[in-house]
Amino acid sequence: MADSSWFTSFPQLDRKDLTVFKKTLDGAYREFSRNYGELIEGFFDPLLTFLIWFEKLLLASPWWLTMAIIVAIVYSATRSWKLCTGVLASLIAIGIFGMWDDTMRTLSIITVCTLLSIVIGVPTGILMSRSNRMQSIITPILDVMQTMPAFVYLIPVVMLLGIGKIPGVIAVIIYAVPPVIRLTNLGIRLVDKEIMEAATSFGATDTQKLFGVQLPLAMPTIMAGINQTIMMALAMVVVASMIGVKGLGQPVLKSITNQYFTLGLLNGLAIVALAIIFDRVSQAYAKRSQKHLGNRHD
Amino acid sequence: MTSTNINNQVAKPLIEINGLYKVFGPKEKSILPLLETGKNKQDVLAETGHTVGLRDINLDVQQGEIFVIMGLSGSGKSTLIRHFNRLIDPTAGQIKVEGEDIMKLSKNELIEFRRHKMSMVFQNFGLMPHRTVLENVAYGLQIQKVPKKERSEKAVTWLETVGLAGYEEQYPGQLSGGQQQRVGLARALCTDAEILLMDEAFSALDPLIRSEMQGQLLELQEKLHKTIIFITHDLDEALRIGDRIAILNDGVVSQIGTPVDILLNPADDYVEAFVKDVNRARAVPVKTIMKQSVPIIKSANLAEAIAKLPKQGYAFYQNESGFHGLLTRKKLEAAIKLRPEGNIVPEDVTEIPNLMPDMLLQEALSDSLTSDYSLPVLDEEGRYVGDLSSESLAETLEYTPE
Repeated sequence: MADSSWFTSFPQLDRKDLTVFKKTLDGAYREFSRNYGELIEGFFDPLLTFLIWFEKLLLASPWWLTMAIIVAIVYSATRSWKLCTGVLASLIAIGIFGMWDDTMRTLSIITVCTLLSIVIGVPTGILMSRSNRMQSIITPILDVMQTMPAFVYLIPVVMLLGIGKIPGVIAVIIYAVPPVIRLTNLGIRLVDKEIMEAATSFGATDTQKLFGVQLPLAMPTIMAGINQTIMMALAMVVVASMIGVKGLGQPVLKSITNQYFTLGLLNGLAIVALAIIFDRVSQAYAKRSQKHLGNRHD
Repeated sequence: MTSTNINNQVAKPLIEINGLYKVFGPKEKSILPLLETGKNKQDVLAETGHTVGLRDINLDVQQGEIFVIMGLSGSGKSTLIRHFNRLIDPTAGQIKVEGEDIMKLSKNELIEFRRHKMSMVFQNFGLMPHRTVLENVAYGLQIQKVPKKERSEKAVTWLETVGLAGYEEQYPGQLSGGQQQRVGLARALCTDAEILLMDEAFSALDPLIRSEMQGQLLELQEKLHKTIIFITHDLDEALRIGDRIAILNDGVVSQIGTPVDILLNPADDYVEAFVKDVNRARAVPVKTIMKQSVPIIKSANLAEAIAKLPKQGYAFYQNESGFHGLLTRKKLEAAIKLRPEGNIVPEDVTEIPNLMPDMLLQEALSDSLTSDYSLPVLDEEGRYVGDLSSESLAETLEYTPE
């Protein structure tokens, strides 16, 4: 009977082997994080300093000044008083319900994550658009980044760097950077072939083509990618709070464990408000900067 | 049938293409031996999955001419023009510009070559939608790092030349197709490159605008004397603007010749099928079928003039002051009776309509049919260069290739 058991149940490794396999990997990684943890932590130190400084800046500034600056940024990006009024109203509501400080913490980490995602994502997207081989290597990596449950890659990050802001930022970026990479790649690949030929035929170098033609023409698509990245970063706020990132995520986490419905709802709504502000502002800005593509003559 | 080749210069051609092959597919070089055995395109595709784009192309382009490459879609004409500035690299063959093999250029030399030697106009204009018209025209100079003031001034001048003054700050999206292509043309001219590549430049325009642009191109060419390689699928366009035409069929050159050559002596069935329906009256200029059959009389003396007059015929009277008209035996004999020792006076000369060498036969048609005489063809200074008889006119228009 024992001989044919593979037919009815899958011939898996026996328990002992599996334990050895897991233990070896875990041990190796633990060894690695013991030896190199400090080094890597040191590498992220400047980022941590900046994160803390930026958060303190937002928290320490008087609320009316921060509000005024945010509205000013919104206006200069969109030139729309309607949007400014909406932003102001939601910020006031957030303040009234006592979520100002947490919102500022979240805002600071989201801003940093978005900037880092752009800095990492756009060049990666450009690299990807350069060759099909590069694209076929990077695409599956992006698939993994987007589908692997966040908790799974949180484990090694926390083992390596402990809990705190930096692992939070890394987790958020892993989850949020794929859209901007994908859409940068797509945007550049979609640039009209004839326009590229025109640039080449006039003797443009690769750099001139990239900055003079490809990036400007891919900008609407890249902006859509950045927009998606911001949205996904905000969605990660709650998960990131599990590894000690302060902000709107922590009250949500608290309300889950203690069943505080209203607390969860209010903080959830604050996250939504931030998301809508980021979304509308970035989209209006993208639209405005592409004005010449409108009012086409046929 | 006479056909004068106006480009019979012995000068070295500006561009030479020798034995050019282009095969599309993963292992293009491996197909060459197959092609040398004479396998046709369909067989090569079936056996190897490779597409033969161009096959043994040999052609010379002379400085200052408009060289038209004509073919239907899929004939490889757009592939061919992209070899001139190496937007596409050949599978085999040689491309020489001013005697220099451009296949041997390094990456940087190629960039310099594209910046200064050739510029290109595209079928769908290839304008950059995020730049203003002025910035588009100045693009070629901008990437050469010409200072902004200088390149803008130049761009403005060229915009004026193509008739788009005042549109500098518009975006291409705001212009009509014809205007956009003028921008494309101005952009190509702005770098002062000697060679202009035009890839179906007017094909996307509607017929009226297209004809207007053709006229403008010819006008510009008279001033600029560029060397223009022009791609088209439209035979009428080719005949109108081409100094010489190469007809491309399925990646092979069927015939190279002047428009009249192509029209009157098609090299094979393919070309013949093409030119069958062309209205020759609208394509052939007078100079190609004019002869010098009527004698010219220069002497003012009546007796000498009569002596030189053909037996039953007439002659043209032309002296240092220019062409005067027709001399007939009847009138001269009447005149000599009155003034035996006299000279030819204006009353002895019959007026006759004259033609210009570049006139199309169509324009000569009514004058020629209503006249009993061959019509004189005069050059710009008003001097006799030939004459056109109604017989040779009829013969040309009647002609149908068997």
